[in-house]
Amino acid sequence: MTKPPVLILGARSDIGKAVAHKFAAIGHPIQLAARNAPALESDKTDMGLRYGVSVSLHEFDALAVDTHEAFVAALPELPQIAVCAVGLMGQQADNERDLAAAARVMRSNYEGPASILAILANHFEERGNGSIVGISSVAGDRGRATNYVYGSAKAGFTAFLSGLRNRLATRGVHVVTVLPGFVATQMTEGMDLPARLTAEPGEVAEAIARAVERKKDVIYVRPIWRLIMLIIRNIPERIFKRMKI
Amino acid sequence: MKLSGWGRYPVLEARTHRPRSVDALRDLLLSEPHLIARGNGRAYGDSAINTSATIETRYLNRMIAFDPASGLLAAEAGVLIGDIITAFLPRGWFPMVTPGTKFVTLGGAIAADVHGKNHHKDGSFRSCVDWIDVMGPDGAVRRCSATEDAALFDHTLGGMGLTGIILRAAIRLRPVETGWIRQTTIAAPDLETAMSAFEETQDATYSVAWIDCLGTGANLGRSLVVLGEHAARADLSPQQAQMPLRIKPKRKLSVPIDFPAFALNGLTVRAFNALYYRAGARKTGTRLVDWDSYFYPLDAILGWNRIYGRKGFAQFQCALPLDNSESGLRGLLAEIAKTGSGSFLAVLKRFGKQDSAFSFPMEGYTLALDFPVSPKTLALLERLDRITIAHGGRFYLAKDSRMSAATLSASDTRAADFHAHRDSHGYTSRFRSAQSERLAL
Repeated sequence: MTKPPVLILGARSDIGKAVAHKFAAIGHPIQLAARNAPALESDKTDMGLRYGVSVSLHEFDALAVDTHEAFVAALPELPQIAVCAVGLMGQQADNERDLAAAARVMRSNYEGPASILAILANHFEERGNGSIVGISSVAGDRGRATNYVYGSAKAGFTAFLSGLRNRLATRGVHVVTVLPGFVATQMTEGMDLPARLTAEPGEVAEAIARAVERKKDVIYVRPIWRLIMLIIRNIPERIFKRMKI
Repeated sequence: MKLSGWGRYPVLEARTHRPRSVDALRDLLLSEPHLIARGNGRAYGDSAINTSATIETRYLNRMIAFDPASGLLAAEAGVLIGDIITAFLPRGWFPMVTPGTKFVTLGGAIAADVHGKNHHKDGSFRSCVDWIDVMGPDGAVRRCSATEDAALFDHTLGGMGLTGIILRAAIRLRPVETGWIRQTTIAAPDLETAMSAFEETQDATYSVAWIDCLGTGANLGRSLVVLGEHAARADLSPQQAQMPLRIKPKRKLSVPIDFPAFALNGLTVRAFNALYYRAGARKTGTRLVDWDSYFYPLDAILGWNRIYGRKGFAQFQCALPLDNSESGLRGLLAEIAKTGSGSFLAVLKRFGKQDSAFSFPMEGYTLALDFPVSPKTLALLERLDRITIAHGGRFYLAKDSRMSAATLSASDTRAADFHAHRDSHGYTSRFRSAQSERLAL
């Protein structure tokens, strides 16, 4: 029995790659989408050798939203599961001063992902099934001085996913919001992250595969993050605004 | 960040990098004054730590090509032995040589030139390696093999990452009919019996012994010698034969906390060893076990290194030349029993012939032990070093975390040659680990 294909948007990211490996390992054909897709050839070979599944490469630029319809139309097969691991943190200091840098972060974390998922959602709705996984961030749960540009875009994306889930809940299409917490990836390399709060990309992938299988709505990868964010969200603004957090 | 080997001793503050591509790796190599590559951190001590630049190869872990006719697999250095088994055992292939954990990388296996339970028959890891791609001090990548740039090949196998950064390699896998091992256990009440069991079973593909290092007098060296053969399809029960190459993974246990220091002491280890020997002695004879339980019993307990407590543990592994093996082993075991610092995981193994620039094995016997780190056990290890040297033995660098440069050079005349080779090729200043600095390699 062949399993249905899984599309990975942002396949070059550490999390995207880990998710691709996870679904390939359980027998799904994989569609890897990223900018400069031909450079993922070695990953394609690797996954083919390891798991014996077919892997295809697809040129995809999250910011080129006018190409997204054509991108979906050109896929060899409409995927059953679409995972969006597109994201860009940037430097908060740049994001505060440089409007172009801030816009890039906002578009990469919100506009681009929302655009491609909206198109896929419509196709899935028409077909009557499918799963959409959006990797958002706990940074979107409350704006903080250290990364609110990134956080605000993720907040938008989280709200988008929530609305999409609400809209499609009765149409056979499931939407998962992933709030990973700290993850040891290229994005966070060099940051001094507490080990107990920091997941490896493979853990995120495991959590995503489980969430898709069990039709979870919103997941935190390490459970401790649910508690942390509950507390952070509930600190009164009067106090929160003076905190260094 | 704080970095240590699997023994969790020593712990050093080190800067780490995880390059995602060979180009990124080259940029690091050309910008850092010196560095060392690190695979999955399974060397016990400080072999894969450079405090100013430790290069983790975990993202350079792609499989490149596999030839189902010959079993030749080319892969990047960060691929784990366990990944290879997961991918290729269902297709009827198993690593030719594997150490006692599947959580080592291909690069690490080459750097330490690891050995398995079949060393007496098949040699060390090098015997399955066709070629290696190594990035040298200038950032250029050289492919070496037994016939092409043979000096680089010979020094890289067992060279502890000190000849350059291992990027890729091709290894030959072994065809197997099943994922099961026909295991035969022999109870040996003393050292002499254990050693003759090894000598009489030279034809066995795999052999290893668990040895009770607290036995004294008539019990000195009492062991369970465990032999293994890859089972044929005909050896399996009808139920096992339905899926001969696929064995359901077992639940993993994990050690969630650091054991307190008092949990392991002479008494608990003595009691454990006595029970273990008796349990093993009752189960002598032949039975089928799955590959994971046979080759990697400790991998089933994730984080087993925590049973030694927060201070970590030190491994001791020496190889003794055949002629002096019995007297050397007697000397080592008597010294350990006298101190009463027992080791749960004491392993004895017969090595076959080995001829290489700096690899650990030599024909004879190897003894591996581990001890929780304390002033008392560190002093014991010094005494074990001296007994080993007096019997012409040497030490396994992948296990070492505390030996002195003087001990190394007294035990292994090849150390000076290896250092000279490094100097003449410009490696010494560029590829360095905390261990290579401690041992003046």
